[in-house]
Amino acid sequence: MEYVNPEGLRLDGRRPMEMRQIRAEIGVVSRADGSASFEMGNTKVIAAVYGPREVQNRSQQINDQALVRCEYSMANFSTGDRRRKNKGDRRSTEISLVIRQTMEACILTHLMPRSQIDIFVQVLQADGGTRSACINAATLALADAGIPMRDLVTSCSAGYLNSTPLLDLNYLEDSAGGPDVTIGILPKLDKVTLLQMDAKLPIDTFETVMQLAVEGCKAVESYIREILLENTKKLEIRRGL
Amino acid sequence: MLKSRAFTRQTRQGRVLKEVREHYLRDDIYCGAPFCDKGCDKSSARLSASRSTILVLDTNVVLNQIDLLENPAIDNVVVLSVVLAEVKNKNIAVYNRLRALCSNSLRNFFVFSNEYHKDTYVEALAGESPNDRNDRAIRVAAKWYHDHLGSGVSVLLITNDRENKKKAIDEGISAETVECYVKSLGQVELLDLIVQPPSEDVNMEDVEDLRPSKRKVIYNEHKPMSEVTSGLLRGLFHQGKLRVNRFNPFEAYVGSESIGDEIIIYGRANMNRAFDGDIVAVELLPQEQWHEEKSLALVDEDEEEDVHLAPNSADDAPRVVNQGQTASEEMKPSRPTGRVVGIIKRNWHSYCGSLEPMPMPGGNGGLAHALFVSKDRRIPKIRIQTRQLGNLLDKRIIVAVDSWDRLSRYPTGHYVRTIGEIGDRDTETEVVLIENDIDARPFSAQVLACLPPLPWSVSSQDLTNPIRQDLRHLRVCSVDPPGCRDIDDALHCMPLPNGNFEVGVHIADVTNFVHPGTPLDDEASQRGTSVYLVERRIDMLPKPLTEDICSLRADVERLAFSVIWEMTPDAEIISTRYTKSVIKSCAALSYVEAQARMDDSRLVDPITSDLRNLNGLAKIMRQRRIDKGALTLASAEVKFQIDTETHDPLDIGMYQIREANQMVEEFMLAANVAVAEKILKHFPLCSLLRRHPSPTKEMLEPLLRTAEAVGLSLDVTSSKALADSLDRAVGDDPYFNKLIRILATRCMTQAVYFCSGDLSPPEYIHYGLASPLYTHFTSPIRRYADVIVHRLLAASLGIYKLPGVFQDRPKLTSISDNLNYRHRNAQMASRASVELHTLVFFRKRPTDTEARIVKIRSNGFIVFVPKYGIEGPVYLTSKGENAGEWLVDEKQQRIRKVDGSVSYGVLGTVRIHMEVVEPHPNRPKLQLTLV
Repeated sequence: MEYVNPEGLRLDGRRPMEMRQIRAEIGVVSRADGSASFEMGNTKVIAAVYGPREVQNRSQQINDQALVRCEYSMANFSTGDRRRKNKGDRRSTEISLVIRQTMEACILTHLMPRSQIDIFVQVLQADGGTRSACINAATLALADAGIPMRDLVTSCSAGYLNSTPLLDLNYLEDSAGGPDVTIGILPKLDKVTLLQMDAKLPIDTFETVMQLAVEGCKAVESYIREILLENTKKLEIRRGL
Repeated sequence: MLKSRAFTRQTRQGRVLKEVREHYLRDDIYCGAPFCDKGCDKSSARLSASRSTILVLDTNVVLNQIDLLENPAIDNVVVLSVVLAEVKNKNIAVYNRLRALCSNSLRNFFVFSNEYHKDTYVEALAGESPNDRNDRAIRVAAKWYHDHLGSGVSVLLITNDRENKKKAIDEGISAETVECYVKSLGQVELLDLIVQPPSEDVNMEDVEDLRPSKRKVIYNEHKPMSEVTSGLLRGLFHQGKLRVNRFNPFEAYVGSESIGDEIIIYGRANMNRAFDGDIVAVELLPQEQWHEEKSLALVDEDEEEDVHLAPNSADDAPRVVNQGQTASEEMKPSRPTGRVVGIIKRNWHSYCGSLEPMPMPGGNGGLAHALFVSKDRRIPKIRIQTRQLGNLLDKRIIVAVDSWDRLSRYPTGHYVRTIGEIGDRDTETEVVLIENDIDARPFSAQVLACLPPLPWSVSSQDLTNPIRQDLRHLRVCSVDPPGCRDIDDALHCMPLPNGNFEVGVHIADVTNFVHPGTPLDDEASQRGTSVYLVERRIDMLPKPLTEDICSLRADVERLAFSVIWEMTPDAEIISTRYTKSVIKSCAALSYVEAQARMDDSRLVDPITSDLRNLNGLAKIMRQRRIDKGALTLASAEVKFQIDTETHDPLDIGMYQIREANQMVEEFMLAANVAVAEKILKHFPLCSLLRRHPSPTKEMLEPLLRTAEAVGLSLDVTSSKALADSLDRAVGDDPYFNKLIRILATRCMTQAVYFCSGDLSPPEYIHYGLASPLYTHFTSPIRRYADVIVHRLLAASLGIYKLPGVFQDRPKLTSISDNLNYRHRNAQMASRASVELHTLVFFRKRPTDTEARIVKIRSNGFIVFVPKYGIEGPVYLTSKGENAGEWLVDEKQQRIRKVDGSVSYGVLGTVRIHMEVVEPHPNRPKLQLTLV
């Protein structure tokens, strides 16, 4: 199958180095302490953050840092075929863990000992790259909740099809069976907090693909910052400052 | 700009899904005209700089008139992405040809991605069919070009769709049909390239029948696709690839998985317009209509079996394997017979041949209809229209098939191009090349640019390179066929102080010059192999590499890839070492020279003693191999002596195999096996190996039957058993054993390349060599497989990194498939070339010679002529006559006259007369008759 035609266009009309359109909104769940929705093309996720609050299950309490919990789920209507997505399946457990670890790495947990932070992410519409979208939404939600963080974590995926590195794979490209590298970075600290790939790739190709994904993360970061700034300005106005 | 495209799709389980895909519309898609003044990027502009007419093509034009488009007269074309997508869906072969045109730097074909351009994207209106939407998209794009480039340039939409043309003109776009456009170009021969739309076909005069009232339906209608699919599902029809008998075009086979047997199809009516290679749906005929007698005869209707070269393996032997069975097992129902009810996928391409001689119609220069006769007998005659009949009658031409109406006996096609005059050797050779899909074009400039600067010599960097060992001090020599210019292997043998020998096989280091991903590499991987014709060689790599830089010639320093063993005098391998090296061959010998040196006991020079040592080791290795069960098979290879001036064959005879050949072969086999082990150890999933599947019982059937008839029992349970029983098969005359071996060779399958990840280790076996592993390493100049293996070996030694393709399993599989295809075609081409020269040779020299009977048929037998390696039928009864006075004894494989006066048995010797006759015009053939 041809994923990049000789004119250099992908199936949806993007060029290899282009991301899908991204959109974000803060404060979509008023009940939560912080919330955000994040869209990458047709992938749409929503994140809600509660906390820091008292630990519900005392036995899980950690004395020198906060407990971070994460729950990932997919709405039944998120994919084309409407199937009941049971919660505790292998895939969502794994993604929950991945998101939790990524977020834990950037939250300053030692400032909030004996407390708990809950992150809920739900996929409303899935079209590839849900993992990245969830992390980006969670970052925004955490920032909205005012939880102290080292940096904003941003995430993006990149793949390698038809001997071309491709940024931000959609579902069609993702199901091609090629390598799919998802990374999460702390852009200011210039550190990688997440790197996932379940395929074999020669190391030099891998480097170019990863570099591309890093570029993608940086682009996401600048967008997220813009959104946050805008949100802060709105808050400012509301406070009447 | 973002658009969503939503559509519904049915899953395999039958559920209906709604799919939503994003569709980005861009503003950075440029028009591709170098003179554009609207700020388009000109770096990728492909259209011609002169402001000549720009053509925009409709899909139906591309699909039907691709031969016309390939003609350089058609230029400055905009190919829209909507057209490309439609063509790709309908006909992938045409799509590939169109893509090739678009990437050809000599042609001005520009792909305009109209579907992603913000101004030319059209959304389907409610109730609009996809076809209408696409037509509208084409018109919108043409209009956009018109407005974009301004009035200085005319944009012409070419469409054969009347509706589309009318709408275009209404919208203010200039539009033309193909015919009108080509006529306006004023080149007569271009008109022949145009495919006539089938609707016009009806009122066209018929060639074979000029009375329109006599037109009648000749073929049954093909069933509609839906009916075929449901019929296949319910088991009423059977799907398979139709293969026409190479020796009888009125008989075809469809290998069907659903009934696990081949279905025979007799006659053109039952074949119902299917071509060789088409995927068809077949309906079985009622059992009482199953034929059996017909197939036993040598001749069928007006076509007959030809004299041809003796085949080398079961794959290219005539498929008569089962035909004897039908008669011998009369109790069982005979083989299923069927008829074609639908064609699932056409395998139409262009064919080589000539026009059937016909009188010139009145008014020369006008339109004439002619029948085209393909060289490939499996192809029916094709009707074409031409305006240059007088020119074409004595030419070999290429014709493409367009359609086959059920009212017409023959398919309709169109002229593509002329190759040359019939009978001219160059023309006939080119026909051979085209028929076997061999690219004999000169190498392109990009490919030649990859060559190192000439004159080339080993540089000091090469010598100081740590990966390269300096072996120039070794006494290396090469042994090849006489006149060989592409020497890719050389040997050395050095006695060691401990009594052992150091033996080295040095192979030309082609990968030092052919780097992965370069145009040179792509070209070589496409060509796959060099092709050896009788008077010509078509190289896989450009000549400077083949004959100079890589060739391990005598007395020059050359780069090599070496396999070096330490062997005991009993030829036990103690250690194996692989290294890149620099060598300096001290002698390039021919087989004859090497043999003469070894035989001449007076010679005691170092090279000769090396050769003797090598030969001694080789004999032991060979014996060991045979003990393990390697087959010594004989083939009927022939050798021509060609006149250096006229290139006419002067003499022909069997290729003689000497000890020196076997010596070189033995070490090459050993090197190949050693390399196969090494690369498989390092790359168990992506090595390129060569396997030779064991023959099945059915394949060995003809051999067993023949052997039984002459009172020989062969044990075919394993290759070892077969080898032993072949050794025991000594008859009363010296040629008997060789004949049996030749027959045995014919029952074998062909060896093939494969990617090690695709099969499980037990399947890696090479039956003929009785080796669990085998690959090709020793001829990288003339085989691409060896180039790949060189890269694998270098990577396994850590010299180079493994190129990216090796990670890509499907790619690797497709490469090995291509290599098998090319390899097979190269063999077919060499055989066809030999056949061609045999014909030239015997045309002037009718000969009487001795022949051996290899197969008995009801009206004659098939003989093999050992001296010339040819095989062909000898008829005892002439055509049409009743074969009643001859009786066939199937079990004894004998044919005898009713009165018992004369009888012939299989493997018996007869004297025959060979002569070239021409029963069909332009199709000369060799005829064998009893003396």
